[in-house]
Amino acid sequence: MTTALRTEGLSKSWGGFVANSQISLSLPKGARHALIGPNGAGKSTFINLLTGVLAPSSGEVFLMGERVTHLAPHERVKRGMARTFQINTLFPGLTVLESVVLAICERSGAARIWHRTVAGRRAEIDEAWDLLARLHLDRDADRPTRSLPYGRQRLVEIALALAARPKLLLLDEPAAGIPTGESSEIFDVIAGLPDDVTILFIEHDMDLVFRFARRITVLVGGKPLTEGTPDEIAADPRVREVYLGELPHV
Amino acid sequence: MLRPFPTPAAVSPEEDVIRPAGPCERIARLPADRWTLRETAFWLMPVLGYFAFPGYLMLGSQILIAGLFALSLDLIMGYAGIVSLGHAAFFGTGAYAAGLLASHGWHEPLSGLLAGAAAAALVALPVSLLVVRGQDLGRLIVTLGIGMLFFEAANKAAAITGGVDGLSGMEIAPLFGLFDFDLFGRTAYLYSLGVLFLLFLLCRRLVHSPFGLSLRGIKENSKRMASLGAPVERRLVSVFVIAAALAGAAGALLAQTTRFVGLDSLSFQRSAELLIMLVLGGTGRLYGALIGAALFLLAQDILAGLDPVYWQFWLGLMLVAVVLYARGGVLGGAALLAGRIRGKRR
Repeated sequence: MTTALRTEGLSKSWGGFVANSQISLSLPKGARHALIGPNGAGKSTFINLLTGVLAPSSGEVFLMGERVTHLAPHERVKRGMARTFQINTLFPGLTVLESVVLAICERSGAARIWHRTVAGRRAEIDEAWDLLARLHLDRDADRPTRSLPYGRQRLVEIALALAARPKLLLLDEPAAGIPTGESSEIFDVIAGLPDDVTILFIEHDMDLVFRFARRITVLVGGKPLTEGTPDEIAADPRVREVYLGELPHV
Repeated sequence: MLRPFPTPAAVSPEEDVIRPAGPCERIARLPADRWTLRETAFWLMPVLGYFAFPGYLMLGSQILIAGLFALSLDLIMGYAGIVSLGHAAFFGTGAYAAGLLASHGWHEPLSGLLAGAAAAALVALPVSLLVVRGQDLGRLIVTLGIGMLFFEAANKAAAITGGVDGLSGMEIAPLFGLFDFDLFGRTAYLYSLGVLFLLFLLCRRLVHSPFGLSLRGIKENSKRMASLGAPVERRLVSVFVIAAALAGAAGALLAQTTRFVGLDSLSFQRSAELLIMLVLGGTGRLYGALIGAALFLLAQDILAGLDPVYWQFWLGLMLVAVVLYARGGVLGGAALLAGRIRGKRR
């Protein structure tokens, strides 16, 4: 079995504060894995360790079997790791099309070209339109990103990550900030992601987790409490106690 | 009707949203290179100026050179988002390099110009490594400090640079071996205009390229650019060195056309005035740099004539007014106005 993502005893501490302790995960190709846990459980730290924004205190990260523990963030992206952000991290002044073309040019290597115009990059532009159409963003293509409603901007988050053609996609609370009634669009997009893309969700929204995740890891106090199928997790009394007990957060 | 010059930043927001249809419309809103009538009109002005104001060609050359210098700052500030208060370091380096060549027996102007640009690019490389790491305030202070270092170094090395007396005794050979640098500044003006135009075309292409788009991406959100796999620091180093070469070319032009290099070419005052020119004209538009340089030097010339002692007071007033009421400089204000007029017509 090939694993898309594997961590071995991944830990991060600042002085005496332990944010992540001995997290070992293994995601096979095509996995739909959710990482859940109450606020402060260390989910964001874990994402930052995976993407290389933070260096781990100990432990290893493997992407497609290759050790990437000490690679810079952009080198991990080149190897197929892409992420979205919990809080929109977009290009407010660029149009949606410009943003996506930019992201595709970064992947294709065209972003270094300085002596030809963007408008001449037909392959990248066609790919951008296809991607926008898949995410129902094509009608907003020429609008500056900042003028889009928040929910549409969440779709741009995903579009930028998909432009990297990731093998592993890290979705950091993709539905965060979207009113409950308007989340169906983003749910449809997530459901329609290609099967060969491995996905790790970080999510508060239990609706989303139990709808899409095939396996769930529960993180509490920086440590994995348990891992299992959605049914097993839902039935686990410890999980109900630490997580579902905190209903106001859900 | 007055409309802003087409820049990637200005084109998209105010226009109607058109549904993608034919292949032409699919790229309609992406940075392209179509030359517009307004641009032709703009570039006709300095050509007409040559014939209309033969007595002001020296001032004209100063404006063209300042425009090239401002263009250089626009690349790093308006597009890549690097603020600098020490850009004169590269202008002065180019000026001294070209000046030293010309005063030591190398009189050919074009190779002197290239040498000025190359010298500035060379010193910019180590400087850029310091600058790109920081954030806005850090960059401001680092560039300010670098500017001071360069100034004092040139001051100290008086044996080479002439120190406070400046560098003179240059001899410039005729351009292309044909056109003498005359007393009225005709050759100097046309030479400056030609160099400015060619380097402007280079900048224009650069900002419309995928590389230029990635610079705008870095300015908008460098964190996201890194997560898209962009080597952010390397990109910034590249554009910083390119911009320094342009600043060096501007400095070399000044040295060659005035046959003098003063310490003020490296001064903080020059860096600060450059920033004012760019803000006045509008950042991230290329044409803003040219218009800002022209406005600043013309205003300086006119105000200093009207009020030789307190002219900076009026300049300050003008600056505050532009920043408060026409955000985005003269061109930004014009774009806003044009957008409103269009909006009312609908």
